[in-house]
Amino acid sequence: MPIIQVKDLSKIFGKQAKKATQYLDQGLSKDEILEKTGNTVGVNRASFDVEEGEIFVIMGLSGSGKSTLVRLINRLIEPTEGSVYIDGKDLAKMDKKNLRDVRREKLSMVFQRFALFPHRTVLENAEFGLEVQGVDKEERAQKAKDSLELVGLGGYINQFPGQLSGGMQQRVGLARALANDPEVLLMDEAFSALDPLIRKEMQDELLELQESMKKTIIFITHDLDEALRIGDRIALMKDGRIVQIGSPEEILVNPANDYVEKFVEDVDRSKVLTAEHIMKRPETVDVDKHGPRTALERMRKEGLSTIYVTDAKRNLHGYVTADDVSEAAKQEVKDVKEILRTDIPKVDKDTSMHEIFDVIHDSTVPVAVVEDGKLQGIIVRGAVIAALAGSEVNLNGSDA
Amino acid sequence: MGLMPKIPVAEWISSATEWITDTFEFLFDFIKNDFGDFIEMFAEDWLMNIPVWLFIVIVGLIAFFVSGKRFGLMAFSVVGLWFIANQELWEELMNTFTLVIFASLICVIIGVPFGIWMAKSKVVEKILTPILDFMQTMPAFVYLIPAVAFFSIGMVPGVFASVIFATPPTVRFTNLGIRQVSHELIEASDSFGTTGTQKLFKVQLPMAKTTIMAGINQTVMLALSMVVIASMIGAKGLGQTVITGLQRAEVGTGFVAGLGIVILAIIIDRFTQNLNTQRGE
Ligand SMILES: Nc1ncnc2c1ncn2[C@@H]1O[C@H](COP(=O)(O)OP(=O)(O)OP(=O)(O)O)[C@@H](O)[C@H]1O
Ligand SMILES: [Mg+2]
Repeated sequence: MPIIQVKDLSKIFGKQAKKATQYLDQGLSKDEILEKTGNTVGVNRASFDVEEGEIFVIMGLSGSGKSTLVRLINRLIEPTEGSVYIDGKDLAKMDKKNLRDVRREKLSMVFQRFALFPHRTVLENAEFGLEVQGVDKEERAQKAKDSLELVGLGGYINQFPGQLSGGMQQRVGLARALANDPEVLLMDEAFSALDPLIRKEMQDELLELQESMKKTIIFITHDLDEALRIGDRIALMKDGRIVQIGSPEEILVNPANDYVEKFVEDVDRSKVLTAEHIMKRPETVDVDKHGPRTALERMRKEGLSTIYVTDAKRNLHGYVTADDVSEAAKQEVKDVKEILRTDIPKVDKDTSMHEIFDVIHDSTVPVAVVEDGKLQGIIVRGAVIAALAGSEVNLNGSDA
Repeated sequence: MGLMPKIPVAEWISSATEWITDTFEFLFDFIKNDFGDFIEMFAEDWLMNIPVWLFIVIVGLIAFFVSGKRFGLMAFSVVGLWFIANQELWEELMNTFTLVIFASLICVIIGVPFGIWMAKSKVVEKILTPILDFMQTMPAFVYLIPAVAFFSIGMVPGVFASVIFATPPTVRFTNLGIRQVSHELIEASDSFGTTGTQKLFKVQLPMAKTTIMAGINQTVMLALSMVVIASMIGAKGLGQTVITGLQRAEVGTGFVAGLGIVILAIIIDRFTQNLNTQRGE
């Protein structure tokens, strides 16, 4: 069972929520509804599941409803419609006590604008959740110190938030949530105030944390690079609606609509795309069945200067060149084995664009994508360049 | 005005007061006697028994420390108090001081909870706001009348009238201070699963502290300003000397006593202001 289930969740800000939802049903846009009713659509019929141990990223432009959505998940905001289930339990149906328990034990939130308590020291801030739960003083101080240590603020425990830089305050916010050791971390642009270096460090830290402690993380960002880097799945929001949910690759490669496409336009694709995304289905000859003549035939037809040689089980044996093949055909050589070349430029499916680029640069033949000795596809120089330029790429090389 | 007979508002209020006086006589008597005795004991047996020089030294030292180890407030307090003693107004000063302390204390004990209640409920805020306005705009003299009805004359009705007059700022500022706590911090608190009480004591009150203290400062000053007025119903103190000066047309006597009140006012004001520091700022 997913740890969090969100079903048809909507939030209208304003007094005419009923009317506004009717307009939503009629398909009116957020702007039109604002004009007609003065109410703002915060979230519009969002539905998704978050699995345990997953990093689920919610992404979208400013005002698209990310913060609202995350606040609906711990019910800091009451939904207008729809429901949120935590471990299968409907959050809206919980009484105050149960809701408090869920917030204490299951969900901790990191706030976009930090929301640190200015009258409490860094340590006291980090202790807050545990203090509320009634954990005794020594234990909570220890846990709070540990999590401050983790975010690199071990030396600042007696400072007040006002004495720290924005980035440091943001890390206190993270430590405060971590100290609670929640099942789910709700992180609202939790890294936005960090400089690039620390930001990357914190992303790694988060990935590690998720790996080692199997935390479920709902991470909000409007930085696509960040989303692609840490997200297992990404939900893209626009005007309160979720327009696409998918893995980073799916979002990049198959943008659901123009909005998503615009969003992913500027991303540094080389970091995300791998060999799998840009490889083509290879033309091959069978080492056991085909001789040089067949090879020559195929190469002529496809306009190739080299062709890969496999067996019936697609095990890669090598390649032959056009020159060798025509020479062999003239001399009536029956077997391609005799002219087989084995200096194959190889990569595997997960090789990143940067590395492929290096391999392909030094090679005169297309690069073979190989897994367990089997040929999966080939990459030609043009595909790499095209992918970096952001045009057509296919998700599964094999069905191209 | 023959069309409408005069509405007997005054009569209603008078009979209501009478009814209250009769019904709660036991309570008023208890307060008048026991609380009255206690106040008198505090002023006459305790405060006045402290040697004047010792009192001045203690106040001077406290002034030195609350003002962050600066000499200004200390010097002013010592010279000011010495002057009052020199003018042979020490007993009056102690009485006034007692009255202000007790009135302020009661104001805070009543005012802060009401302020909290007001902050937690919009309805309560709507109801209390006009009442507080009323309490503060009504001429202070008017409170002397029910005060005398309930407690006859002396210190106790003085305290009573001062409390009514001086409580509103504490209520208002407590309410304001709590409502001023940013929405984000309330959310942060809620997100960690605080109960209402935890939120109040761990977040709202600590963050409202400066504002509440500003309200208390005003309350104390209002209580002090009531002292002169309360002396009209027999509350002992500097105010009584002012009234005497007025009655006998002795400008000098009245002025010196008035000066004593000003000195006390400045000392109390600076003390409460200096105590008002926020953590983390
Ligand atoms: N308390 C509120 N009252 C009224 N409207 C609100 C409120 N909170 C948010 N909104 C509106 O809801 C919409 C979504 O806001 P939200 O804060 O969720 O956006 P966001 O995606 O988090 O943006 P950002 O990236 O700038 O943080 C906006 O149009 C905003 O004006
Ligand atoms: Mg936001």
